[in-house]
Amino acid sequence: MKKNVIKLVFVGHVDHGKSTLIGRTLYETNSLPKEKYDEVKQISAELGKDAELAYLTDYLQEERERNITIDTTQIHFKTRKNNYVIIDAPGHVQFIKNMLSGASQAEAAVLLVDAQEGIKEQTRRHAYLIHLLGIENLIVVVNKMDLVGYDPDRFYEIKTDMIDFMHRLSLKPIHVIPTSARSGENITKTSSKMSWYGGPVFTDSLDHIKQNKQNPNAPFRFPVQDVFFKDDRNIVLGRVEVGSVERNQQLLVLPDGYNTSVREVVRYGEKRKSAQAGESIGIVLENHNDIKRGMVLTQQDQIPIVSDEVDGTIFWMDEDPLHRGDDLTLQCSTQVASCHLRAIEQRIDSSTLHILEENGKIIGPNEVGKVIFKLAKPIVFEPFSQVPELGRLVLRRGDSVYGAGIVNSVQQTASEKR
Amino acid sequence: MDYLSQLENRSIYIIREAYSQFRNIALLWSIGKDSTTLLWIVRKAFFGEIPFPVIHIDTGYKFREIYTFRDRFVKEWNLDLVMSRNDAAIEKGMSKECGHLECCNELKTEALKKTLSERGYKALLLGIRRDEHGIRAKERYFSPRDASFSWDYQNQPAELWDYYASGDKSDHHLRVHPLLHWTEVDIWQYVKRENMPVVDLYFARDGRRYRSIGCEPCCEPVPSSAKNMRMIIRELEKSRIAERSGRAQDKEDPYTMQKLRSLGYM
Repeated sequence: MKKNVIKLVFVGHVDHGKSTLIGRTLYETNSLPKEKYDEVKQISAELGKDAELAYLTDYLQEERERNITIDTTQIHFKTRKNNYVIIDAPGHVQFIKNMLSGASQAEAAVLLVDAQEGIKEQTRRHAYLIHLLGIENLIVVVNKMDLVGYDPDRFYEIKTDMIDFMHRLSLKPIHVIPTSARSGENITKTSSKMSWYGGPVFTDSLDHIKQNKQNPNAPFRFPVQDVFFKDDRNIVLGRVEVGSVERNQQLLVLPDGYNTSVREVVRYGEKRKSAQAGESIGIVLENHNDIKRGMVLTQQDQIPIVSDEVDGTIFWMDEDPLHRGDDLTLQCSTQVASCHLRAIEQRIDSSTLHILEENGKIIGPNEVGKVIFKLAKPIVFEPFSQVPELGRLVLRRGDSVYGAGIVNSVQQTASEKR
Repeated sequence: MDYLSQLENRSIYIIREAYSQFRNIALLWSIGKDSTTLLWIVRKAFFGEIPFPVIHIDTGYKFREIYTFRDRFVKEWNLDLVMSRNDAAIEKGMSKECGHLECCNELKTEALKKTLSERGYKALLLGIRRDEHGIRAKERYFSPRDASFSWDYQNQPAELWDYYASGDKSDHHLRVHPLLHWTEVDIWQYVKRENMPVVDLYFARDGRRYRSIGCEPCCEPVPSSAKNMRMIIRELEKSRIAERSGRAQDKEDPYTMQKLRSLGYM
């Protein structure tokens, strides 16, 4: 069976109707078992409400009682053309780490704006985070049009403001759609109440999302996950992140910088000569001086930069601010290194995009920083814009992830060997 | 790459992340289709072997077919099987009549607590999937648990891209869910593609089959004429009945699963 599965995250300010839009979409596309709707009806009645479609994803008792999405969830649905995984993300600022957990899995985003309330703090922040995560496919839904009497002027006002804001982030929505998720207007059927709107209904707009295709000529990158000893040989475990690899290919082991070649490409139960991007495989090397997790196998030309200094844009999630000079643990793919926050070139309000401070001292909760890290040892980086798989960072303080970011550029350093 | 291979490759990546971090881990095998698929993929991840133990939580109430299947494949696949039983509760006559929440918690969760305290595993691989249940849809791939096994579902750690929790020193163990992104139909398509063995309770006999299996007293078969994998896939593509509609612990109260899971249930 051939199937195209697109991962779609729903974001936007708290209470602008994300879970309701998801519930309505699932309901109108007949995507869920009947008993789930019966259950939602029953629970809504117990809480003294009409059937609350948001409960299809807001499954925690606390979520239903507080009418708020706390954690991200995923659910499947299909249109005639595609299959989708819907990722519901919480809109409350308190749960932004859950929003990011959901959004980092997505390849496209639906950003909701309440027609009555208009653009709010999390609307802009979520748009910025979507941009930081590198998601280019974006659909804007102006929801709750019923509350503004389906007024076209209000819709166009919000649409213009949204497009202006997104322009600053170099984002361009595929469509901007007026809807009422609660009443089912423009979800799967064209609304007679908004005949002034000539664009596609919500579910049709999703079919215009273009899936990102990996560049087939990208250079081979294989971060080592582990080494497994089997049948008298060391098998290097990992996933081909980009490019491809074949038997006898000459490779370079980074950051050490020695040469080797591929003796075998191993997949259990298959005879293999090569492997492609996305495949979790084993590689047996001709020589492997103490190879271990955190090293990266690459081809011998078009090599990445190995550096102990990196420029990044990071988002900080912890209540305790990050200070210039702080020591953290940085992870990039399977590589982990202690790092020192050497400089905060810019401290940015992630909702207004205002620069709060140049050459700053701290990055507060939910703020963005353009920063420079100095690492305890050199590791392999690529700019996120070129090879996202080796340009994503998470930052730990102690054992917990409190920051996430992307690599902007990498400094060549003296410790770099080639 | 086809869709099933994408799912499989991602699962292998997650399994290897867990093993590479902790070494002292185990797989929870209920002998159902999902955990058997997980076991199958672990064998692929490590080139035909499972480099850690496989735990079976035996409540004493499992279907006869489950025990037969288990004993056959423990031998055939050379598994290091660890039995997990709450003998004290079984002797006292714990059963569903004491309440599903109580029974599941005693015979499964408490049994597992005992095994973990004896063996000290740092992570458990489980075959749960998001599409099985709205509560399981809230899970992370790597989900930390404390010594009392409680799941702090209101404050889960951030999990970005393919970067998973590294095991906080204060955590007792991590639950690792390598099949979280698979659906029921995906599992069956994979079982068919791989020609994988499954317990034959899943195939229709006398117009009924089990869609989900566990303890015999708490599982009801659903009407079905699906006698083979191809027919099951066709049935599921049309069906609008929930997978776990035959599972008693899901039905008692809308939040039974949430309560069970917050206490450490799978």
